[in-house]
Amino acid sequence: MLYREVGQYKTSYGADQALFPILQDRIGITVILLFAFVGVPLTASSFTLDSVLIPVLVLSLAATGLNLLTGFTGLLSLGTGGFMGVGAFACYKLTTFFPNVNIIVLILCSGFFAAAVGTVFGLPSLRIKGFYLAVATLAAQFFLSWCFIRIPWLYNYNVSASIEVPTKTLLGIPVTGPTASPVTRYLIVLSIVALLTLVAANLVRGRIGRTWMAVRDMDLAAQLIGIRLYQTKLLAFAVSSFYCGVAGAMMVFLWLGNAESESFNINQSFLILFMVIIGGLGSLLGSFLGAALIWGLPIVLRAAPAFFGLRIQSATAEQASFVIVGALIIFFLIVEPHGLARLWQIGKQKLRVWPFPY
Amino acid sequence: MGRSVGGPILEVEGISLSFGGVVALQAVSLDVREHEIRAIIGPNGAGKSSLLNVINGFYHPQKGSVSFKGRKRRRVDPHEVAQQGIARTFQNIALFRGMTALDNLMTGRTLKMKSNFLHQAVYWGAARREELEHRAKVEEIIDFLEIQHIRRTPVGQLPYGLQKRVELGRALAAEPDLLLLDEPMAGMNIEEKQDMCRFVLDVNDQFGTTIVLIEHDMSVVMDLSDRVAVLDYGRKIADGTPDEVRHHRAVIDAYLGVAH
Amino acid sequence: MTHLLYGIFIDPFVQMGAAPDLLVQTLWEGLVSGVLYALIALGFVLIFKASGVFNFAQGIMVVFSALTLVGLNEHGVPAYLALALTIAVMLVLAFAVERVILRPLVNQPDIILFMATFGLTYFLIGLGELIFGGDPKVMISDQLQLPSGSYRIPIFGGYLQMQKIDVAATIIASLMVAALAVLFNRTRIGRALRAVADSHKAALSVGISLEQIWVIVWFAAGIVALATGIMWGARSNVSFALEIIALKALPVLILGGFTSIPGAIIGGIIIGVGEKIGEFYWGPLLGSGIESWFAYVIALVFLLFRPQGLFGERIIERL
Repeated sequence: MLYREVGQYKTSYGADQALFPILQDRIGITVILLFAFVGVPLTASSFTLDSVLIPVLVLSLAATGLNLLTGFTGLLSLGTGGFMGVGAFACYKLTTFFPNVNIIVLILCSGFFAAAVGTVFGLPSLRIKGFYLAVATLAAQFFLSWCFIRIPWLYNYNVSASIEVPTKTLLGIPVTGPTASPVTRYLIVLSIVALLTLVAANLVRGRIGRTWMAVRDMDLAAQLIGIRLYQTKLLAFAVSSFYCGVAGAMMVFLWLGNAESESFNINQSFLILFMVIIGGLGSLLGSFLGAALIWGLPIVLRAAPAFFGLRIQSATAEQASFVIVGALIIFFLIVEPHGLARLWQIGKQKLRVWPFPY
Repeated sequence: MGRSVGGPILEVEGISLSFGGVVALQAVSLDVREHEIRAIIGPNGAGKSSLLNVINGFYHPQKGSVSFKGRKRRRVDPHEVAQQGIARTFQNIALFRGMTALDNLMTGRTLKMKSNFLHQAVYWGAARREELEHRAKVEEIIDFLEIQHIRRTPVGQLPYGLQKRVELGRALAAEPDLLLLDEPMAGMNIEEKQDMCRFVLDVNDQFGTTIVLIEHDMSVVMDLSDRVAVLDYGRKIADGTPDEVRHHRAVIDAYLGVAH
Repeated sequence: MTHLLYGIFIDPFVQMGAAPDLLVQTLWEGLVSGVLYALIALGFVLIFKASGVFNFAQGIMVVFSALTLVGLNEHGVPAYLALALTIAVMLVLAFAVERVILRPLVNQPDIILFMATFGLTYFLIGLGELIFGGDPKVMISDQLQLPSGSYRIPIFGGYLQMQKIDVAATIIASLMVAALAVLFNRTRIGRALRAVADSHKAALSVGISLEQIWVIVWFAAGIVALATGIMWGARSNVSFALEIIALKALPVLILGGFTSIPGAIIGGIIIGVGEKIGEFYWGPLLGSGIESWFAYVIALVFLLFRPQGLFGERIIERL
């Protein structure tokens, strides 16, 4: 009864095309945004910010990037970690070359580097499809991982082959480096993620999103409508890698504070892929839900036994979370291949008619 | 039969097409006049869909050429064909299953949308205006095909007859000069067929679209078409008005399976 | 610049000629690792050929089976009994996979099944670590009476050194391939397997039990995985790093096609040899460790010219 749309008539196509056409949705998103921008900084602990919220936001952005490529355009990619790494290292080098430029600008610029690399590794997509393309992205992943170790220029010849983040300020407040407070970093991450998600939503509901989905669903018919396959696929690679690159840069500069080459290896690619699968391929909301679930699960597993008075080693919790994530993936694919996002939609449908069953 | 027929808009000359050792088409020539409804019929495996695929640019013939609106070409890419103004429906429905009916139709208008990436990213402004403009045009087609109630339904969930209608809508959305329909009535019951016939006639009548139609149902073919071409074993064996073709010896033989 | 060009196009061949015994040694090493890649790829091909599923978990099955064997032995089970028990475990695993994953997903598109095997992979990784711990283990080669030591064959003025275990691996792999090829092409079960790969519905309609076929095929893949695990483990340790090595099977499959048993072997050998030669002669030019990505680049270049691989079937799209 709460979620009825009765009385909400759209009297123009514009109203129909809006991102949140239903009033309850509009109220909902406003509340969420208010809470995120105002409520959380006032109430959340440093631990929550550093270990839960910032990571989930950063990983959601990477998951959004991968979702655009794999969920919307149907191009399976196992190179996400590598593209994130390109963004991270690009940002690091940019701060070395341009120490006085605003860090947020640099983070966004590093996305373009990742986009360029992503486009190059997307070139084979003209000839190669499906699983085979996944192998091309694997080549990208392993090659980039190798580069991150073997090209000392990337990490400024640091002996330990890792990068340390310098302190950068915005309006006098430190935003990166050891002195930056979690709240500041959280707000910047939140803003960037919110902005880029809005852009993704715009792309997806317009012409570009439709061409991507057409290529995914039936590329032969898409060609016949006049869609140029190659351009569409390369654009998907470019945009997706941009998002992953920005996520990678934020991961290093606004979350971890440092990075090693191992941070962007094949396991990272798998991690993001699982987030997208469980969250829902082809759904922007799904990227967030999947990231929250996969990141949050080990945390909950580590905390839960203490809750019940049991004691479990963190390694065991880690392994248990592997088992559970694996089982969850299988479970979701059987029960709801479209992931958490579809479950959410179904939930809303039920809300429409609640308390009636149908 | 509706509008007055003009000069040839599509000319297929001497098309020969084979796959490995299998000959699909042999020296097939025919022409299609502007504003007419042209049927291509023949037993199964005669090469009718292959001919459409050649016109579309999916298959490249070993010999022969296709001229559309006076421009001759042997090899062409499918998206160029779309740009020239040819649209098509498929025998096994080729809708974008992950999208709604409305989105499928809107995708049909892709060629006409010009706003660039930046506009799309921002949405408010140029992209939104264009989106609404094309939405209005698409809604006209939705009204025309009476599919308002299924706009927002993912096409994978629609019954077969409605899917065929949505596919027709997607083809119409491109405002084509030439419309290729590959067995549009296949698998339909009497009512659905009557509706589809009505739509085909209306499209030809109201929009002036030239239509080439592959169809098995003889009564439909005889009623709708201005001229009919008959294919058998990859060769054209008859060409003319429905009456002429109906009484043609070779056509009767082909359908009855007489050895020839 | 000329230095670079010389280094790429001339120098490696000069080196090959200068020390032919080293070249032969490198070729042999490449052949051995190629055979082992091929074995992993064989497991993929078995399952793909018979059920259309790309079993991403094949790599972890290699690790898991080896871990089970070693783990049982560590707890006092004699070697050959442990081997028998491990085989039984792989059978149970095959049943479990069929029941829990394959049956519920029988009509879903291939990509969903592929992702389900991702889930299986992580599940087995976690389970393996929980039960056996994450430390690398030593394969029980002695207890299994696998050959040790090496042959030294003088050639070209130097020596070719071949580990006996490598020779054994090559022989065993060849026997397995021959046996599987016979199974697929000459037996009734093989025909049923091929039928299932072609079309589930059609196979059902002629009375083939999908469940039985799947269990058989996953069990066979499990045995292949176990053999692979033993061989790999005997040469280096049994650890979860093997999982990543299993990803190398993908380039092998690309070269050899996803459904061809001989293709898996030839593809494996090409990748193994190509990788070793590349690492040894061109590696120093680029910095070491190019083995981590060289195989994928080989596969990629191949794909650009022949998208269906060496032996794969041409995909003809019908409209």
